[in-house]
Amino acid sequence: MSAVNSKSLLIFFLSTLVSFVSISANSSSEEQEGKKVFDKWCGICHGKRERMPGTASLAIKYDGNLPAALEERTDMSAEFIRYYVRNGVMIMPAFRATEISNAELDLLVDYLKAKK
Amino acid sequence: MKMPVNVSQTDFIAALDSFALIVGKEWVFTKDEDLFPYRDAYSPLRATFEDRSPSAAVAPASVDEVQSIVRVANKYEIPLYTISTGKNLGYGGAAPNQSGSVVLDLKRMNKIIEVNESNAYAIVEPGVSYFDLYNYIQERGLKLWLDVADPGWGSVMGNALDHGVGHTASRFRNHFDSHCGLEVVLPNGEAVRTGMGAMPGSKTWAQFKMGMGPVLDGIFSQSNFGVVTKMGIWLMPQPEAFMQGVVTAPLYDDLHEIVELLKYAENSGLAPGAPELGSPLLGISNYVKHLVDAFYEGPPQLRKEHVDLIAKASVGYSADLQRYGLNNKIPYWNLHLKFYGPKKVIQAQWEAIQDLALNKIKGVGFKSGPIQTDPKKAADEWTFYPQDAGVPNMDFFGMGTRAGGNPHPMRGHMWFSPVIPQSAEGILEANSVFEKAHRNMSALQDIPIWNLRPFALPAPFFERTFLFILGFPITDDVAMNKASIKAYRTLLDIAAEHGWGEYRCHPEFQDQAVGLYSHNNNSLLRLSETIKDAVDPKGILSPGRYGIWPKHLRGDKK
Ligand SMILES: Cc1cc2nc3c(=O)[nH]c(=O)nc-3n(C[C@H](O)[C@H](O)[C@H](O)COP(=O)(O)OP(=O)(O)OC[C@H]3O[C@@H](n4cnc5c(N)ncnc54)[C@H](O)[C@@H]3O)c2cc1C
Repeated sequence: MSAVNSKSLLIFFLSTLVSFVSISANSSSEEQEGKKVFDKWCGICHGKRERMPGTASLAIKYDGNLPAALEERTDMSAEFIRYYVRNGVMIMPAFRATEISNAELDLLVDYLKAKK
Repeated sequence: MKMPVNVSQTDFIAALDSFALIVGKEWVFTKDEDLFPYRDAYSPLRATFEDRSPSAAVAPASVDEVQSIVRVANKYEIPLYTISTGKNLGYGGAAPNQSGSVVLDLKRMNKIIEVNESNAYAIVEPGVSYFDLYNYIQERGLKLWLDVADPGWGSVMGNALDHGVGHTASRFRNHFDSHCGLEVVLPNGEAVRTGMGAMPGSKTWAQFKMGMGPVLDGIFSQSNFGVVTKMGIWLMPQPEAFMQGVVTAPLYDDLHEIVELLKYAENSGLAPGAPELGSPLLGISNYVKHLVDAFYEGPPQLRKEHVDLIAKASVGYSADLQRYGLNNKIPYWNLHLKFYGPKKVIQAQWEAIQDLALNKIKGVGFKSGPIQTDPKKAADEWTFYPQDAGVPNMDFFGMGTRAGGNPHPMRGHMWFSPVIPQSAEGILEANSVFEKAHRNMSALQDIPIWNLRPFALPAPFFERTFLFILGFPITDDVAMNKASIKAYRTLLDIAAEHGWGEYRCHPEFQDQAVGLYSHNNNSLLRLSETIKDAVDPKGILSPGRYGIWPKHLRGDKK
C-alpha cells in the first residue's frame, strides 16, 4: 500500500470514528427515522460510494469546494432541502407526498441539518 | 384552479369533496406545489404550455377506497389517471396523458400480500417497488430472485403494466409475461379477478395464468380499461450459481453467425440471460455497465487512427477498419451471454456454446467470468452487473447524470425503440435505413440522437426480436426539445414504412405510434375503442393512454 493510500485510509477511519461518536452521542429515534428516509429515498443515488449518480454529479458541481455526499454537508438549510425534494433538479425527479410525506420530510431535514 | 376538460367547477369541487371524505383531506392534492411532482420530470415539452399536468391528485390506501373514488369519478365524469409508483421516467413520468386529469396515485397501496417460496411467486399491491420486494425477500432469507428493471424504485406492477423489462432469465425479463393473475377495479367501480382469482377458494391465483375462458389480462396493460389493484408475479428460484461468458468474432460478416448463436442460445435455454451485443472494433457495447461507464469515464479511449477508420465506416463496415481489427486483435463483435443454474450445468452450457461457436465462426474467441454464487457480493464488487443477478439499484441513472464523461447537465431522456427482426439482416437494414435518413432528412439533422453513430446494436430485452433503441436527451433548450419531438415523429414514420413498430413510448407519441399499427383500417385500435366504449362509456379512466380515447374525445385527439 502506498503512503498516500495509507494516509487517506487513516483519515477515513478517523473521520468515520468521529462521525460514529457524534451520531451515537446525539442519536435519537427521530434521527434514526430521518436516516431511514434518507437511506430509502436519497442514499440510493447520493450515498458516499462509487457509481452514485447524485454524488458523482455534485462532485463535478462543487469541484471539491463542498462535499459531494449529502450526508457530509453542513451548509444546507431546511428550505434548500425541501425545495430539492419537492422540485427535483436535472435528472432527479421531484418526490410526491405519497413517497416522502411532509412528516418524513421534516425528519429528513432534521437528520441532514443535525450534521455539524 | 386547473380543471379537468369538460367538467364544471361545481362538479369538480363536489368530486374533490367526495374524494376527501373517502381518503381523508391530506390525501387529496390541489395546490400547485403539491401537484408539481405529478408533472413529467423528463418531459420533452418542459417549460411550455403544452406540458402535461393534472388538476388534482388523490391517493387511496385500499381497494375499497379505489372503488369509491372511481364511482365518484363516474358520477361527475372526472377523468382519472392511474399511477402505481409514478416513476415512468422517459415514458411520461407521473403525468396524465390528458392534461387536467386527476392523478389516482396508488403509491400508498404498498402491501406485499404474499411471497410463496416453494411455488416461487409474489402477490403485490401497486405501490410495491423492486427495492421493497427485494428487501422483503432478503429479510426473510427466501431463496428467490426477483427480476428488476433498472430503476429500483419502480413498481413491480406499474412497470409490468407498461410492458417494462428487466435483466435476468428470459422467462422473467418480460414483466407483463411473468405476471400471473390481476385484480382490477373497472370504471363502474366493480372489482374483477382474472385467471384462478375468479374461482372462490382457489389457492392457485398466482400459479395458473389462464383460469377458464378468454385470457383478459392483456387488455389491462398499456390501456385504460381498469385500475389494477393486485398482481401476481412469478419469481425465479435462486440459482446455485451464475456466470457471464463472452464470445468474440473477428469479421464484419460474422454478425450473422453471432446473431444466430444468440438466438439459439436463448431460445433453447442454453444461455437464458439477456444476450448483449457489442463491437469492440466500432467502440460500442450494449453491456449495460459499459453504457453507464461511458457517462462516468467518457467513451473508451481509442487511438486516433482507429477513430478515423470508424468515422469512415458505412453501416459499420470498411475493409480498412476490418483489417485494423485483425492486425490489432480487436474483435468486430462480441456477445455477452449469462448463465444461471447449478455450477456443473453452467459449465456444461458454456462448453456447449463454445462448441457451437467453434463450428461456425473462424477465429472465434471466448472469455468467461468466474462462476459466482452470492448476488449481493457480486453486485457490491461489480463482478456481475447487479440487475443481472436480480439486485435492484439506481446505477443506470449514471447514464444521464452530470459526471466526468458527461459534464453537460441534462433534464432527462426519451427512447425511440422499434421492434425489429432478430437477425443480422434486421440489424443491418435498420442501421442502413436510419443512417440514410439521418444523412438526408433535415428533421433529423443537428439533433443529438444517441446510439445511431457509428452503428446501432439492438437491445436484447425481449425474446425473439430486437429493440432498435435510439435515445434523445431532454435539455433546457425548448427549441431543441421541440426539434427532438419532430425527429422522433419522423423516425416513427420511417420505421413503420419498414414494418417496425414501437413497443412503448412517451405519451407525446402514443397516438401516432398506435396509429401506425394500422392493418385493415386500424381495426385493432377500433377494437380497443369498442372495448373502451363498453367498459368505460363516460371515458373516466386515463383518456388517451396508448391512443385509446373515449368516444366524446376521439375527434379532438392530436
Ligand atoms: C435511467 C432509467 C433507466 C430505466 N430502465 C428501465 C428498465 O430497465 N426497464 C424498464 O422497463 N424501464 C426502464 N426505465 C423506464 C421507467 O423508469 C421504468 O419502466 C419504471 O419502472 C416505470 O415507472 P413505475 O414503475 O413507477 O410505473 P408507473 O409510473 O406507476 O406506471 C407506469 C404506467 O402504467 C400504467 N399503470 C400503472 N399502474 C397502474 C395500475 N395500477 N392500473 C392501471 N394502469 C396502471 C399507467 O399508465 C402508468 O403511467 C428506465 C428509466 C430511467 C430514467
